[in-house]
Amino acid sequence: MVETTENSSQKPQSFQEIILRLQNYWAAKGCAVLQPYDMEVGAGTFHPATTLRALGSRAWAAAYVQPSRRPTDGRYGENPNRLQHYYQYQVIIKPSPPDLQDLYLGSLRAIGIDDSLHDIRFVEDDWESPTLGAWGLGWEVWCDGMEVSQFTYFQQVGGHDCRPVSGELTYGLERLAMYVLGVDHVMDMPFNAPDAPIPLKYGDIFRQTEEEYSRHNFHAATTDMLLRHFEDAEAECARLLDLAPDDTATGKRIIMVHPAYDQCIKASHLFNLLDARGVISVTERQAYIGRVRALAKLCADAFVQTEAGGAVA
Amino acid sequence: MAIRSRPVAHPHLNAERHIMADLLIELFSEEIPARMQAGACDALKRMMTDGLVERGLTYADAQAFATPRRLALAVHGLTDHSPTTREERRGPKVGAPEKAIEGFLRSTGLRLEDLETRDDKKGQVYIAHVVTEGRAASAIVAEVLEQTIRNFPWPKSMRWGAGNLRWVRPLHSILCILSNDAGAEVVPLDVDGIVSGERTRGHRFMAPDEFSVVNFDDYAAKLKRAKVILDPVERADHIWNDASQMAFAAGLELVEDRGLLTEVAGLVEWPVVLMGRIDAQFLGLPPEVLQTSMKEHQKFFSLRDPKSGQITGFVTVANRETLDGGATILAGNQKVLAARLSDAKFFWDNDLRAVSDAGLEGMGAGLTAVTFHNKLGSQADRVGRIEALAREIAPRVGADEELAAMAARVAKADLRSEMVGEFPELQGLMGSYYARAAGLPDDVARACLEHYQPLGPSDSVPSSPVSVAVALADKIDTLTGFWAIDEKPTGSKDPYALRRAALGVIRLVLGNAVRFSLSGLPVQRHLIATLIILKGLEFHRRGEEIASDGLLRLLSAEEIKELSYRLVDSDQGWSEAQLFERMDEIAANLLAFFHDRLKVHLRDQGIRHDVIDACLAMPNNDDLTLLVKRAEVLAAFLKTSDGENLLQGFKRANNILTQAEAKDGVEYSFGPDPKLAEDGAEAALFVALDRAEAAITPAIWAEDFASAMGAMADLRAPIDAFFDAVQINADNQILRRNRLNLLHRIRAICLQVADLTRVEG
Repeated sequence: MVETTENSSQKPQSFQEIILRLQNYWAAKGCAVLQPYDMEVGAGTFHPATTLRALGSRAWAAAYVQPSRRPTDGRYGENPNRLQHYYQYQVIIKPSPPDLQDLYLGSLRAIGIDDSLHDIRFVEDDWESPTLGAWGLGWEVWCDGMEVSQFTYFQQVGGHDCRPVSGELTYGLERLAMYVLGVDHVMDMPFNAPDAPIPLKYGDIFRQTEEEYSRHNFHAATTDMLLRHFEDAEAECARLLDLAPDDTATGKRIIMVHPAYDQCIKASHLFNLLDARGVISVTERQAYIGRVRALAKLCADAFVQTEAGGAVA
Repeated sequence: MAIRSRPVAHPHLNAERHIMADLLIELFSEEIPARMQAGACDALKRMMTDGLVERGLTYADAQAFATPRRLALAVHGLTDHSPTTREERRGPKVGAPEKAIEGFLRSTGLRLEDLETRDDKKGQVYIAHVVTEGRAASAIVAEVLEQTIRNFPWPKSMRWGAGNLRWVRPLHSILCILSNDAGAEVVPLDVDGIVSGERTRGHRFMAPDEFSVVNFDDYAAKLKRAKVILDPVERADHIWNDASQMAFAAGLELVEDRGLLTEVAGLVEWPVVLMGRIDAQFLGLPPEVLQTSMKEHQKFFSLRDPKSGQITGFVTVANRETLDGGATILAGNQKVLAARLSDAKFFWDNDLRAVSDAGLEGMGAGLTAVTFHNKLGSQADRVGRIEALAREIAPRVGADEELAAMAARVAKADLRSEMVGEFPELQGLMGSYYARAAGLPDDVARACLEHYQPLGPSDSVPSSPVSVAVALADKIDTLTGFWAIDEKPTGSKDPYALRRAALGVIRLVLGNAVRFSLSGLPVQRHLIATLIILKGLEFHRRGEEIASDGLLRLLSAEEIKELSYRLVDSDQGWSEAQLFERMDEIAANLLAFFHDRLKVHLRDQGIRHDVIDACLAMPNNDDLTLLVKRAEVLAAFLKTSDGENLLQGFKRANNILTQAEAKDGVEYSFGPDPKLAEDGAEAALFVALDRAEAAITPAIWAEDFASAMGAMADLRAPIDAFFDAVQINADNQILRRNRLNLLHRIRAICLQVADLTRVEG
């Protein structure tokens, strides 16, 4: 059952229907609908479709769901709003179109938020990712006092000025869906249609995994191993970018930005796990963040040397 | 070289009648952060009017407005063009090299035959009469507005799309019209592709269509029809009135919060006030927690039940009307609030459980893991230092030493509470709640809150002795610590709020009439202890063998040993001599800093800087209570005619004496002989000085400055009479010397009270 934007006047019935409507909406607005990045990331921004594609001069428009992990937010599935694994919906358009706010409001209508009944507000909230060396100005969008999205005009990524500027939208899908569906506890939210032959709730799919990962993240993960992997990822990222661009096998110029960036993402997630295990002191924390940022910067520096990064071949 | 004279308005054009016009500007953008709107109004008004006036226009009045989506400026009575000016410029000499003359012609845009020649001291020179034609207001407005937009002082600005223009958020349109009785015209302007016009839009959701306007009144009226209240003050009033009335009708009272009101008025173009109740399960939370949670997260106003004093309701301000009268909006807000307060209740319950399990000190145990400053160690290190200092200060402020020490130990414990983790602004307050829950004495609970005070120049000063002891210890530790690591405030940079800490010490001391020497033993002990913790690597290594007598005067060997174990910075150690030298240097520098802050503080209280200087030059100037007492009495004394005249007499005596001393190369401090008094006035002065000295010396010892100055005032008449009757520089050297010695007595007696040489006038 695929909903389209035409019958958006009807309230969606499930979590997945909200996702499908967003996919259809942004597809109709011309975005390439990508699939989630196949690695553990802290937020949709880490997807190379955002972090790297925000750099350089080439136009870009993409939308995708990104499963995101924040180990410290685990609550064993008991907290009504907090999860260590959740979904973000991410839209990035470069250059940011002049009607991006209207496009965004259209997406809210598409998922059944009628702005003639609700109070929708753009409240100052500047975004910064110390690990990515990125920042932008924008808002958190409030619907009746609840934050439903983050809206950002990227100014810098990996220490590089964004020219042109990308407009980035991030929807916290569970929270938004709970609001639209009128559900108080995330685990009670219908994932597929409630009248499906086998109706599934969010909790049917994720309660057990939240428990397992909460225990793992807070108490079980082997910290020595995590530290070692962090060091490995850090070294590998730098090493890959240090290799000469000329590939001896093909004779082509191939800078391995994405493989290197994968290692940067890994380092970032490993840091988050170490943080959840409580083995990073306040002072060390800054140092670790700085190390991940240094990797992100290396990747950004390399990406702008490539064709996708706008370099002239 | 050509010298420019000031441009003057052409006399003929001055007489011309100006037609007045009104200017309306609107800069329409995506949502402007509420906190920046007031500053943006000021900047828009200042930059535009300054620019217009600089270019020769005048105006009657100007007013700026902001909503979340627009900045607007209305200028009334603007002249419709700038006057033609005539400027006289001096050029090179007649017969100067051709290049020089050519250059002059080029710079003035004139031909040689247009120049006048005039006689000058050095011969004939060329004079150019440069006439600058007046310009139409429209051209000037366009130029100034473009400059204003391009140089606007937003606290943070951004680029968007593919452009290079910077604004606080994307700028969408520029409305710029000049109007008068004859009609309106658009001032043509193109800023990076944004072309000016006469059109704008109403409310984002309720009236999104474009419309045109012809002048300010038309603009404001049409905006209101399009569900936008332009004036932020009107929006704030509207919110306040509606909220108060709703609260009143429900038997509740609105808790005033000016800052929140301004902020909320900056978040809406069409305020609609909605009221709700707080769920009963949350009413057990401290009112400050309810208020803070609602304010910080939701921008809600709090409603208080006047009977119980509890916060039982809230007011939220929506940005639109709805067909269901705001029911959906209110329900949504209520739900978000319930989720937030559930969190707060969760923190509160957990904190109370932690305190009942391990006490408040137990809660603070984790402060070892909280860095205060990487060079000054953890919060736990800091608590240790504050406790030691609070013990020493306690007896001086009438506080029980053990209570002060206990308060110091627990005062920062709430930094480890979950509630303060979520709401840092509740630090201190939560501590006092948790201290009561832990059954600690009232004085201790109060000190948890009050030891942070006074937070600013208008914050109240605690008076409970335990609070005063810990508050002083807290602030003095901050100051000595940052001085020890050489992180003093410079210019406008004061990231650790050290000026505020120093002012806090000053107000605590003065407000409680505390007698405490700011460079005395406790402060010296504290400073040297801090330095040993920072730089005492030496002591750490050598254990008990070290410590000179000088050091042992301040700290016992046991204390030194204990301190050296707490070494924070092991990079670099100092020798004992260096530690001592630094301690003296820092103590002196810190005292000077206190004195600077005190001068600012007293100046705000109306005491002149020279009066303060006269008192600062006296002994024990590190005892601020004494210092200020002296300064206040002196300031009052100098306002009386006796004081004023005595000051003149003193200055006369001092001047004659100083000159004679400089000339003769001796100091006339030998006691004068009354037997050598020739004149009656001279003999009378001897008597008066004896009497004054007999009164002043004990009065100064008793710190009774009023009596001392009263006695000094009695010297006025005898000194005046003496100067009238007697010539100091007599021919007879014996008489002259005796009189100079007499002047010395006047000076010595007066200087006991204050250093009057520093008083102006």
